[in-house]
Amino acid sequence: MTQAFDRHTLFFPETDGEAYTLGPLQSGPLCCVPEPLIRVTNLSVSYGNHPALKDVTLDIYRGCITALIGPSGCGKTSFLSVLNRLTDMIPGCRVEGGIRIGGQDILAPRLDVSALRREVSMIFQKPNPFPLSIRRNIEMPLREHGMKKRADLDEKLERVLTDVGLWAEVKDRLDKPALALSGGQQQRLCIARALALEPSVLLMDEPCSALDPLSSGVVEDLIGRLKGRYTVVIVTHNLAQARRIANYAAFFWLRERVGTLVEFGQCRQIFEAPAHDLTAAYVNGARG
Amino acid sequence: MIWSKRSTSSPSRADARLAGLCSAAAGLVAAILLLIVLFLLHESRPVLQRVEWLRFLTDASWHPAEGLFGLAPMLWATLVSSAGALLLAGTLGVASALFCRFYAPPSASRWFRRLVALLAGIPSVVFGFWGLTVLVPIIASWRPPGASLLTGILVLTLMILPTVALIADAALAAVPEIYLRGAAALGMSRSGTILGVALPAAKGGIIAGILLAAGRALGETMAVLMVSGNVVQMPHSLFDPVRTLTANIALEMAYATGEHRAALFVSGLVLTGLVILLAMVAARFGEVRHHG
Repeated sequence: MTQAFDRHTLFFPETDGEAYTLGPLQSGPLCCVPEPLIRVTNLSVSYGNHPALKDVTLDIYRGCITALIGPSGCGKTSFLSVLNRLTDMIPGCRVEGGIRIGGQDILAPRLDVSALRREVSMIFQKPNPFPLSIRRNIEMPLREHGMKKRADLDEKLERVLTDVGLWAEVKDRLDKPALALSGGQQQRLCIARALALEPSVLLMDEPCSALDPLSSGVVEDLIGRLKGRYTVVIVTHNLAQARRIANYAAFFWLRERVGTLVEFGQCRQIFEAPAHDLTAAYVNGARG
Repeated sequence: MIWSKRSTSSPSRADARLAGLCSAAAGLVAAILLLIVLFLLHESRPVLQRVEWLRFLTDASWHPAEGLFGLAPMLWATLVSSAGALLLAGTLGVASALFCRFYAPPSASRWFRRLVALLAGIPSVVFGFWGLTVLVPIIASWRPPGASLLTGILVLTLMILPTVALIADAALAAVPEIYLRGAAALGMSRSGTILGVALPAAKGGIIAGILLAAGRALGETMAVLMVSGNVVQMPHSLFDPVRTLTANIALEMAYATGEHRAALFVSGLVLTGLVILLAMVAARFGEVRHHG
């Protein structure tokens, strides 16, 4: 008995009955009608007896990029991993509070986690293409989720690789090992692999920090283009990057060795008119 | 050149002494292997010089006293019994390693691993004795005579199973965590992750383990000698008694003289060649994994 994770409610959320129109990726219009897709209330995460994150309440808006900033170890990655229940894989990890995505309680114990992760995909700090060919990297998760027809798979392969700007670079070597690609290409492949499953939300855990500056720039541009079509939550230590691409920013800080949310707001406000002293000190480079 | 060498090794005397000791040990090991091969070549020379090499495969039978040196049935028995054991042990070993890594609770897999390691330590003569007194009568009651290719395969399977299982387990443990987390983040099921990600990632190590086990299976003597019946013949079914190359050497070395003795060394040479070949292929797979 698992509870189905319903895609329908993500596209027709409780806030209004209208279908949400998504712009094409390349044109990437700013959408940002502030309409919450993910509502987090009083979230606490602990590992064994050690609390990592305490009492976070936060809305994440549909189609926008929300940047999570703050020093290392203040629970940003924990927050991210809870959103697609990747914390389930960590023994001893306890999660309290509420998270609703498109109105559904994703912390329900009987939730179909696989369906949730298909909707809420994750990109990791270190690019992690599987040790398979470029083609198999994209196709394997698709096959697993029931897409079997060659023509469908080929079409999808070309579309997602074009979306991440990789098609021209790899179309002649789709059957070569993905691990032979450069770091930046690998990360874009991972993003393509996630996009192929047509998620609504993309969680990104410092997706550029393991890349050289040029590749980092390419990936950052790509993330910027995802705006409007996907809801992106990105952890980054690069404040300039957060400022360039994010619509909203959440500032986390360590209080009594436990991660807490200090301030959340529009990106411009967080960087230009922070309400909290800690935020001001951090974004101006005085602390952290 | 001299400069670069000095820069990497410290000039201290203790260091020089240790380096000398280690290189002497390494040299000794390499020399022993080389000497064994040379010795085999030397001892088999009388018959290799007189008899055309292909006759070892084409001669109708093995009657060395009468100048018939057909090794083919025994070579075949060796290869088939090893291949059968690899098939069984490979399947069981990889499946049990997957169980350990992905399904068993940690405490159960810890005990299972210990058990398998223990299995690796049981002397081959014990396996042989067990096979002779338990396995052979069971199979004899079904399809006489009992001592057969099948019993050989089963006993060999038990003997190489720990090698396959432990190396496959280590190879699966070495699969980077980010692959598994990545697969989970794509909503993949456990079986999809195992078949699609973990096994391909661990493939090199698993194959290297199977090849190492193959080396052991080819060379195993005592247990196989005790349970396979030792009739020199081409087996037509799993229930026919067979004699492997190793068993042949063990059985006849006590009384073989002259060309007969040299012919036994030829079979030793063939076995050594096979095992060296396997070890080389295994090393290649190990390398692929590291670069992978």
